[in-house]
Amino acid sequence: MTGTVETRDPSRSQDQGRPQGRNRLRALLIEALVPIIAVVVALLIGLIFIAITGRDPAKAAEALWVANFGSRRAIGEALVSVTPLIFTGLSVAFAFRAGLFNIGGEGQYIVAQLAAAVAGYAITGLPGWLHVTVAILAGALAGGLWGAIPGLLKAYRGVHEVVNTIMMNYIALYLANYLIANYLKAPGALPVTPEILPTARLAQILPPSRLHTGLFLALGAAVLVYLLLWHTRWGYEIRAVGHNPRAAEYAGIDVPRNLALAMLISGALAGLAGTVQVLGVQRAFYDPVGGFVGYGFDGIAVALLGRNHPAGVVLAALLFGILDRAAPTMQAMAQVPKATIWVVQATVILLVAADQIIRSLFKRRREVAAR
Amino acid sequence: MGNILEMRGITKRFGPVVANDGIDLEVREGEIHALLGENGAGKTTLMNILYGLYQPDAGEIRYKGKPVTITDPNRAIELGIGMVHQHFMLIPPFTVAENIVLGHEPGSKTRLDRAGAVEKVRALSQEFGLKVDPTARVESISVGMQQRVEILKALYRGAELLILDEPTAVLTPQEVQELIGIMRRLVEQGRTIIFITHKLKEVLRIADRVTVIRQGRNVATLDISGRGAPGPVTPPTEAELAALMVGRAVSLKVEKGPAKPGEPVLEVEGLECLGSRGLPALKGVNLTLRAGEILGIAGVDGNGQTELIECLTGLRRPTAGRIRLRGQDITRLPVRKRFELGLAHIPEDRQKRGLVLDFTVAENAILGRHYRSPYCRLGVMAWQQVTAHAQRLIRDFDIRPPLPGTRAGSLSGGNQQKLIVAREIDKEPVVLIAAQPTRGVDVGAIEAIHRRLVAERDRGRAVLLVSLELDEILALSDRIAVMYEGRIVAEMPAEEATEETLGLLMAGGTRSGAEGGVAR
Ligand SMILES: Nc1ncnc2c1ncn2[C@@H]1O[C@H](COP(=O)(O)OP(=O)(O)O)[C@@H](O)[C@H]1O
Ligand SMILES: [Mg+2]
Repeated sequence: MTGTVETRDPSRSQDQGRPQGRNRLRALLIEALVPIIAVVVALLIGLIFIAITGRDPAKAAEALWVANFGSRRAIGEALVSVTPLIFTGLSVAFAFRAGLFNIGGEGQYIVAQLAAAVAGYAITGLPGWLHVTVAILAGALAGGLWGAIPGLLKAYRGVHEVVNTIMMNYIALYLANYLIANYLKAPGALPVTPEILPTARLAQILPPSRLHTGLFLALGAAVLVYLLLWHTRWGYEIRAVGHNPRAAEYAGIDVPRNLALAMLISGALAGLAGTVQVLGVQRAFYDPVGGFVGYGFDGIAVALLGRNHPAGVVLAALLFGILDRAAPTMQAMAQVPKATIWVVQATVILLVAADQIIRSLFKRRREVAAR
Repeated sequence: MGNILEMRGITKRFGPVVANDGIDLEVREGEIHALLGENGAGKTTLMNILYGLYQPDAGEIRYKGKPVTITDPNRAIELGIGMVHQHFMLIPPFTVAENIVLGHEPGSKTRLDRAGAVEKVRALSQEFGLKVDPTARVESISVGMQQRVEILKALYRGAELLILDEPTAVLTPQEVQELIGIMRRLVEQGRTIIFITHKLKEVLRIADRVTVIRQGRNVATLDISGRGAPGPVTPPTEAELAALMVGRAVSLKVEKGPAKPGEPVLEVEGLECLGSRGLPALKGVNLTLRAGEILGIAGVDGNGQTELIECLTGLRRPTAGRIRLRGQDITRLPVRKRFELGLAHIPEDRQKRGLVLDFTVAENAILGRHYRSPYCRLGVMAWQQVTAHAQRLIRDFDIRPPLPGTRAGSLSGGNQQKLIVAREIDKEPVVLIAAQPTRGVDVGAIEAIHRRLVAERDRGRAVLLVSLELDEILALSDRIAVMYEGRIVAEMPAEEATEETLGLLMAGGTRSGAEGGVAR
């Protein structure tokens, strides 16, 4: 970020009206600086941690490499774990741009999985491309609906979205338990729906890994979110509402509608994470009897590290996905406890969060001084 | 009287910005010394150096004749220097007494002697005639009261030289009056006051001497009241002070010819609404605004002006009454419809309402029109058009820095306000509602904004000016209405209005029939 005082030559006043304008590259680099430093520091801390607990850091690093890049399969599998994180990271980032904190990713993920699975096995007789499209839409819609409910309550009743999204997570979890137990279970012992039809599957793109076309959907979603936020009227309105709802109201922007809309889209994005997992990887809905799977919550970390920008989210999802993949291999190869990876992830988040807190304090002070 | 303080050649840089450029300042013991300068001139920086918050890059400070190094505020307090910042540094949930004694509490190391604190504060408040309730919580008292608490806090710590940074910026006219009384009492009791402001009138009204700062330099130190001066003095005029402050001659009088009022364009009948606390705020307002005139609404803050503007612009629901714009009933229309019918609005709070501070200047320049061609086509933003538009506004209104990509929050207050005024005037409205259009803006920008408002009138637009500054109302209006307790209590042509009559009406007095015009 640049300071309050613009020292650039005023004759070069052709600069763009948007922050992502001509100085895009420089601005992006500055934006990315802290996350990059955070990652490097966190990795170093992880290595030191491994060393002082008497394990071999070199072995751990090797394990991280092998797990993610060691083979064609490893690369594919790494990207399999990155894909849902891109979606949930985008979900949190999008809501955040509207000034909302969507921690309902877990619930949106679950209901979307249910909807996609049901659409995947119950609808028959459709050609492949249509069936998979319908199943994807079913998942996105279910997630969107799950996000829109707290969105509407926030917009028109002023109930804080954090409370409601958390509650919606549990409603989704127990609803799924109930539906599986009573209606949707496939024959057999496992608490799982019947397998989706081959027509509803997302195609595999890097066999023998399970990597599927959902990765392209995720990258496409990142591009769409970017375009929506910075190149459309709705994005302008959503960002205005997020930064200053009172100014948005003054400008004739329908604040409640935008809040509800933002939660709908945010929910749909989290829902897509679940959807591609079902259609591309799991091929069925597995009842989360053990509780939440964590992609929704990880999305918060990914969005934070990615500075709530779609490009940053993709990079942050890559990092978190790679670390997640590395954990079991590191345990097996270097006897490094899995928790070490969590230490690294948590350190990254703490550093980035601390930076943002400090920045916002400074910004406020400067603005106070400027008045 | 000798000098209590001498600052010599104080220089302070912030990166490329030279905030203080070799400033000399001499303050005599027992005087009220005004520090006058536009926003960004370097006043606060100089005082922060004196209070030990910044270290100067060059220069020396002599306090009571001795050279001193003020390493931090604790050192300043030891020396007897106290400062009340522009933005208060109180702890809202604590009581007045707790805030005052904070850091120097009576009682043992581990226990706060609450009763003792209250007693001490009571004694102090009596000694200086600063009325406060020591047991009230700071969050529940008015801004004027909080300021007194800050002053008492400084006095409690033994301040002999008291620095007040723009103390009047947050106060109502009555509170300003009370503050002046307090300042006078303090100097009578031998304290010295440095008083920062950018308002010319206040300098002439309050100060014994003034130092004018422009672009980090001391451009003049002048006698005002003659107190403590060796011989008779001729105080400077407002215009002279303004010229020193801005660096060029500024016209303080608004040049304007007679109005040529046309058709009524905005008609308000029996408007009623509730305020934020659910109590009636408007109790039947009637108004007619004609094309080509400026109607000024005078009144003390909190008499329904805010609610009136919000009802007119669609931000608040009236409970009764009717608003017509060019004959069309707009009482129930949303904000955007009203704008499309020709209403523009300069809101009274530029940071809360008028701007999205985290947006760029360009993004702010289309706020309210962002959904329309040419800025947006088929839902897609046309950023080139937006930038071009912003560049036009920047040029027309001399907004600095002239960069559409600058974050609006990093502009100075005056430039933020110019951006809003530019945006609203550019809408080519039928009716322009201007609420406090120059609040907290420096002299140069005030001049520019006033000229534009008159120009709009001369182009046949109707301007509704709501201002707490009587001077502004008197200088700009063609007709003046006075608001008191949710009603328009009087209306008169501007020629018939004087500061005295308006002041009286604003305070709820009635108008003697001798002056003509219809009261209510
Ligand atoms: N902490 C700071 N960091 C960077 N620039 C600053 C800082 N404090 C003040 N400035 C700059 O120094 C100049 C003078 O500011 P200030 O002393 O606050 O002016 P004033 O109080 O007269 O309005 C301004 O250009 C301001 O932006
Ligand atoms: Mg200042």
